[in-house]
Amino acid sequence: MNNLFVFCETENGVVADVSLELLSKGKKLAQTLGCKLEAVAVDYNLYNIGRQIYKYGVDVIHVADDRKLAPYQTLPTQKIICDLVKQEQPQIMLFGATSIGRDLAPRVASALRCGLTADCTSLEIGDHEEKKTTKDPQTGELTQTVTPYKDLLYQIRPAFGGNIIATILNLHTRPQMATVREGVMKKEVFDENYKGEIKKIDWQKSVTDLDFAVEIISRHIEKSKINLKAAPVIVAGGYGVGSKENFQLLHELADVLGGQVGASRAAVDAGFCEHERQIGQTGVTVRPKLYIACGISGQVQHRAGMQESSIIVSINTDENAPINAIADYVVTGDVATVLPKMIKYYKANSK
Amino acid sequence: MKQVPDTHNVGKDAMKEDGTMNRAALPAIINPEDLNALEQALRIKDNYPNTQITVLTMGLPKAAEVLKEGLYRGADKGILLTDRKLGGSDTLATSYAIAQAIKNVGDYDMVLCGRQAIDGDTAQVGPQAAEKLSIPQITYAEEIENLTESSITVRRRLESGIETVKCPFPVLITVHGSAAACRTRNAKFYMKNKNDESKIITWGADDIKVEDDKVGKAGSPTTVKKIDSVVLQAKESKKLTDSDGDIDVLIKDLLSNHILG
Repeated sequence: MNNLFVFCETENGVVADVSLELLSKGKKLAQTLGCKLEAVAVDYNLYNIGRQIYKYGVDVIHVADDRKLAPYQTLPTQKIICDLVKQEQPQIMLFGATSIGRDLAPRVASALRCGLTADCTSLEIGDHEEKKTTKDPQTGELTQTVTPYKDLLYQIRPAFGGNIIATILNLHTRPQMATVREGVMKKEVFDENYKGEIKKIDWQKSVTDLDFAVEIISRHIEKSKINLKAAPVIVAGGYGVGSKENFQLLHELADVLGGQVGASRAAVDAGFCEHERQIGQTGVTVRPKLYIACGISGQVQHRAGMQESSIIVSINTDENAPINAIADYVVTGDVATVLPKMIKYYKANSK
Repeated sequence: MKQVPDTHNVGKDAMKEDGTMNRAALPAIINPEDLNALEQALRIKDNYPNTQITVLTMGLPKAAEVLKEGLYRGADKGILLTDRKLGGSDTLATSYAIAQAIKNVGDYDMVLCGRQAIDGDTAQVGPQAAEKLSIPQITYAEEIENLTESSITVRRRLESGIETVKCPFPVLITVHGSAAACRTRNAKFYMKNKNDESKIITWGADDIKVEDDKVGKAGSPTTVKKIDSVVLQAKESKKLTDSDGDIDVLIKDLLSNHILG
């Protein structure tokens, strides 16, 4: 009881990367807590799920496997999870911050009246002391009480558009719930030979016909052509690139270096670049060998998505841009001047 | 609709010395995706002129500005939900208060809202409110494809594709930023509503019959343990100019360290 649960997102029975990443992180947290790691999957054709996820250290997989449950629908999935949570009483439950996770997790949290933190960039286990000062109504005497809490989930995320990081706790409600974007946690196999058990969920008990109110008429899912996570080199542009035309220079450099183009949120909002390329807390998290930041000031949300890159080059007209503090190379200059030169000297030197 | 600080146009004075946000330095705007949601409502009214559109906001009294904007664009009435008791609410407590306000409005077919607000990006309040109202939800709506007396068909924008779903009323729909942009103010509605305060109703916590322990700080299961300003640990970086010589050095460095192949 009181184990750590991960909602396992699947498409045609295949577990999503973000879920594997969460299982990897979940295993570490579960070891710190001395509890089991359990996964929940709701889909059709899940017979292969054990082989996909046991190796991440999963002890129990709760499976609701039926044609009616695929593809993902909010209400049936929510009802199944809420009943499972009431029965199993997990202390922590993690969801991927995907189209599905962000549709499902708040609905579950609302039904269970639990706290939920979106887009965490870090999860840790730690203690807390709640201090309360109460005043005696008769004597007016102040007394301070301290309530200690052990082994809470620290839900850590940047907040308020800027340079602050908030640590958020759920003191009184369980499970402690959080969503995490794809790429934030590292996918790490725990033990190739690890073996857990499958528990079938008696899902018909939880779901009624009314829960199928939203009917899926059609669905077109395509694998994104842009794979930032796998790119060894990323040339990323910010608002400082100045225009959509200038972004073309980034594409040229990325092509020459065998990399991909990324963007900060400001550049995406300005319409310089498509949203799929956004890097940062609300976009993709990347760890390339080389990250070339062009005209990016470096808000904490952006840095959260790229600061683990091996080598960072910052090109900026502003010598004091915050991103320069984490850069290995700082080029003070205009993107439109520097990028053509980089292409020229790469071609000259790489032969 | 929500009034939010314009975090996308952050100027140099937006941060205080201690690393907290200087809200006064940020202009207040209507949350962008809430405008996408309003446009969807207005389009329905274009086709079905008997549609009644109520715009609802929760916030400080100043948030009535966003309701006025709603009226200028074609909404019929505005409700301002404002009360000290509601301050400090997290997404769960906020969704409860909003759901109580919607229940207090009475009969409705559809609740439209933006997918998420730019000051938090959580995208939680929509689904949480739908659950409190015990109605289905359609998230990330991009376009209404069909509308009948009893149901709505909506195209949804997912990360990796699109999905079209059909749902009977009542339903809560969160609208994605890729949906049609909101129309601008209409001169006629502007003149009519500029000096008319009668279409905006103000409600407090008691008007919507909230239980005190479900709103504000007491009703919020999340607590902020601490806020850290980010201190950048300066790396020792190599400083270069945009001269040909310096760029040549940079590329040679990257090649010799096998960062570039």
